[in-house]
Amino acid sequence: MIDSMYREHILELYKHPRNFGNLENFTHASHLYNASCGDDITIRMILENGVVREVKFTGRGCALFMASASLLTSKIKNMGKKEIMKITPEESISLLKIPVSSVRMKCALLPLEAIQKAVGG
Amino acid sequence: MKLTDENVMKLKKDFPILKNIVYLDSAATTQKPKQVIEKIKDYYENYNANIHRGLYKISQRATEEYENSKKIVASFINASKDEIIYTRNATESLNLLAYTIKPLLKGKNIILTELEHHSNLVPWQQFCREYGFSLKFIPINEDFTLDMDEARELINKDTAILSVTHISNAIGTINDVKELIQMAKKVNALTIIDAAQSIPHRKIDVKDLNADFLVFSGHKMLGPTGIGVLYGKKELLNQLQPFLYGGDMINEVTFQNATWNKLPEKFEAGTPNIAGAIGLAAAIDYLKNIGIENIEEREKELFEYAMKKMKKIKGIKIYSPKISSSIISFNLEGIHSHDIATILDSKNICIRAGHHCTMPLMNKLGIAGTARLSLYFYNTKEDIDSLIQGLEEAKKIFKK
Repeated sequence: MIDSMYREHILELYKHPRNFGNLENFTHASHLYNASCGDDITIRMILENGVVREVKFTGRGCALFMASASLLTSKIKNMGKKEIMKITPEESISLLKIPVSSVRMKCALLPLEAIQKAVGG
Repeated sequence: MKLTDENVMKLKKDFPILKNIVYLDSAATTQKPKQVIEKIKDYYENYNANIHRGLYKISQRATEEYENSKKIVASFINASKDEIIYTRNATESLNLLAYTIKPLLKGKNIILTELEHHSNLVPWQQFCREYGFSLKFIPINEDFTLDMDEARELINKDTAILSVTHISNAIGTINDVKELIQMAKKVNALTIIDAAQSIPHRKIDVKDLNADFLVFSGHKMLGPTGIGVLYGKKELLNQLQPFLYGGDMINEVTFQNATWNKLPEKFEAGTPNIAGAIGLAAAIDYLKNIGIENIEEREKELFEYAMKKMKKIKGIKIYSPKISSSIISFNLEGIHSHDIATILDSKNICIRAGHHCTMPLMNKLGIAGTARLSLYFYNTKEDIDSLIQGLEEAKKIFKK
């Protein structure tokens, strides 16, 4: 199981996350805290006419969290608000292409929650 | 019983679950020996009945076992039986105090330490909001020990309560609670000791400590979940109003009024956790059989062995004092503590990772959390070796 969970692409995204960093002039943002482990994420994005032009995240978390945030922020570029709100937890998890155990679900889903909070809230 | 490696292997057989796992999370909850499990089963199978007022034999037996469990708990900490209040856990014991203690207080400050578990912090935050008291925190030093000089400054004539943990659940720091209590007594402050992490590992004598109140949980000392203890000095408990109202805690009830039962029933409304109480007594009997001093000695040896090995791991940062209880908190460079725990779990090694319900302490240390191993007498050096091996493998996976 460990071999399948800590695959190279996950570890690569952990060490070199995509879309990581600050974003100025953002139009939408959110911050979420995972009370079960102390991790946190801040999402900042620029939306034009309801479409994501740019998105960045900062925060700290485990390999699953970093990989999930990287993949999801890449996915939502050029997506509309409505489409983003329709992304299901299952779709978000499937981006990782690895099995995720129930206890780690929260880590992997925090980025989706934060993104939906930013565009929806 | 001196806990040699050989004796521990024998004792380990009392813990069916330990056959399959390397369990290094006893600070969260300990495993249960057969003697405790059987005792609870015996109650449910052979004399399950509500206690007090039952006029038939099995109720009488349940009542006797329940009352006897209090005697066992009381003698374990050198208290008297009516000073032992059963709660669900240490958290509930602390809440009971936070909800009822106000009329006893002089002064305006509540003194805690930076090490407190949320259970000895959040109730007092709410208390301060309600009554206009201030919270003050005894800080920790760079070596993770408590700053006793600062404690002397903070504990003064304005102190209403000193409520401190005996042993930190997050990093294992052992506080000199006896000295802290002496400081508080000089200024007539009330004292509360959170003994949840100490009572499984060392002798607790409430008279020797001179603590006004002391709390702990049964499940961290081989007992079942859902049973905890509040110890209080009789004269203080007598002055407190009840925390919960209902059956069993009353003396006489009319349509308009009620009077309260004597101690300790005054604080135990409703049907209590009878099986839990009986199980806790069995756990204490088990601990007494081994001898708490022997447990302390064994754990010291294990702790030193673990610390020596852990320190040798490259890229490790340890967040526990040199002399600590059976807890070592740490991080590995470049690996999140959750990933460490998941990798260890794949080898059936159980540790905890995260903030350990001490978020302010983690913030002070500048980290989101740690990985934490916590030992108990049933652990072996082989368990620690397995952990070290697992940590080396985690490093290998993340180096790829």
